[in-house]
Amino acid sequence: MIKRITPPLDDKILEDLRIGDKVLITGKIYTARDAAHKRFVETINKGGQLPVDLKGQVIYYVGPTPPKPGYIIGSAGPTTSIRMDSYMEPMLKAGLKATIGKGYRSWGVVDLLKKYKAVYFIATGGVGALISKKIKKARIVAYEDLGPEAVMELEVEDFPVIVANDIYGGDIFEEGVRKYQEITLPFKIERISEV
Amino acid sequence: MKIVRVEEIEDAVRRLSMDVNYYIRDELREAYKKALEKEVSEIGKEVLSQIIENVELAASEQLPVCQDTGVSIVYVEIGQEVKIEGGNLYDAINRGVSRGYKEGYLRKSVVRDPLFNRVNTGDNTPAMIHVEIVPGDVFRITFMAKGTGAENMSRLAMLTPAAGVKGVRDFVLKTVAEAGPNPCPPIVIGVGIGGTFDTVGWLAKKALMRKFGSRHPDPNYAKLELELLDEINKLGIGPQGLGGRITALDVRIETAPCHIGALPVAVNLDCHAHRVGVWEK
Repeated sequence: MIKRITPPLDDKILEDLRIGDKVLITGKIYTARDAAHKRFVETINKGGQLPVDLKGQVIYYVGPTPPKPGYIIGSAGPTTSIRMDSYMEPMLKAGLKATIGKGYRSWGVVDLLKKYKAVYFIATGGVGALISKKIKKARIVAYEDLGPEAVMELEVEDFPVIVANDIYGGDIFEEGVRKYQEITLPFKIERISEV
Repeated sequence: MKIVRVEEIEDAVRRLSMDVNYYIRDELREAYKKALEKEVSEIGKEVLSQIIENVELAASEQLPVCQDTGVSIVYVEIGQEVKIEGGNLYDAINRGVSRGYKEGYLRKSVVRDPLFNRVNTGDNTPAMIHVEIVPGDVFRITFMAKGTGAENMSRLAMLTPAAGVKGVRDFVLKTVAEAGPNPCPPIVIGVGIGGTFDTVGWLAKKALMRKFGSRHPDPNYAKLELELLDEINKLGIGPQGLGGRITALDVRIETAPCHIGALPVAVNLDCHAHRVGVWEK
């Protein structure tokens, strides 16, 4: 079953999401990646005001290519989420309720998502042309000087994601490997951790 | 003596930077289709279908297949009977990258200083340039657009000779297993074995820049490439790490002689887009 959601996200929406759920997002989401997160968290630490109110919002980890003439946006697939892990707690404290990226989160973030009742979605990595067609409007709202790392407000329609970590501590990647692994390894697999 | 003008080099690099980002090679498209036939997980099949749909869309509209249009890696093989005329080789390559990334609406993903002042250079330069002098009069440019999702998950180890084949195998498997979904599987794996600390990483990158599906000339290594591919595909990671049988599309090894007390190994991962192109004069 496909679930449809529109930000801002409240507890009722989040409680209904489970790992593996296919979700279509329609509405406004914000982009931010490494450099923007650094500025967000520096602002929070100084007690300043963020350029966007994160309460109930969704952040998409993406740095799109520039739009060709006549296009709204260039290719716009997800980037690797783990690089944003060390910024997660202050962002969640500021009210952020969902992030979209690719790859796993460190176990520390999986715990934080449970603690702050937030979810982590994944979009398919490396299909940026396809994903760009789900973006209907795009405008820069902060940090224009960062170029491809500027913060944008995107209006998306039926933007396809999968729940990778829910508010109950579930993790889609661990489940997947457990189901399909056919080899015994002489070492322990450690998740690369930033938290 | 063969003459190559810097203008030709600039133009070749300009076109390569755009072409590798828009058009996925036939052999790789074939590999996606074969992967789709072999994959058993439903979600894995869905991801592979999206990858196929995406490369078709990208080619038809000249859009980059992925928003991470990469750092530009330019490997130049210059025959010793070739003369480059009209200017500086390195400048010509960087002008080609700058023009290709601007004219092709590609993302500029390079910062000038890695640590203290991470300001974007604005045109994706400088390229990572490797030059080798080779016999004859060939002039060959191999261009790779290397995304960082897979590059960040790459690893290097200074093993000892006692670790042997098992040590190399375990290190490759551990690197891929711990990278999991992050490098955008199904991935392509370049393995460097031998040389010294500085050369082994380049060997791994050269393995990635070699022809897709080509085997090492030494049958021992050719066999190891196929065995590693088989074992990696038993890790269960699957497309995008969501579980499945297709974790990798190809494994290639490059080797070099090394010290009697050394066994350096480097594992360089590349995402499914695996953007490499060649120009030859």
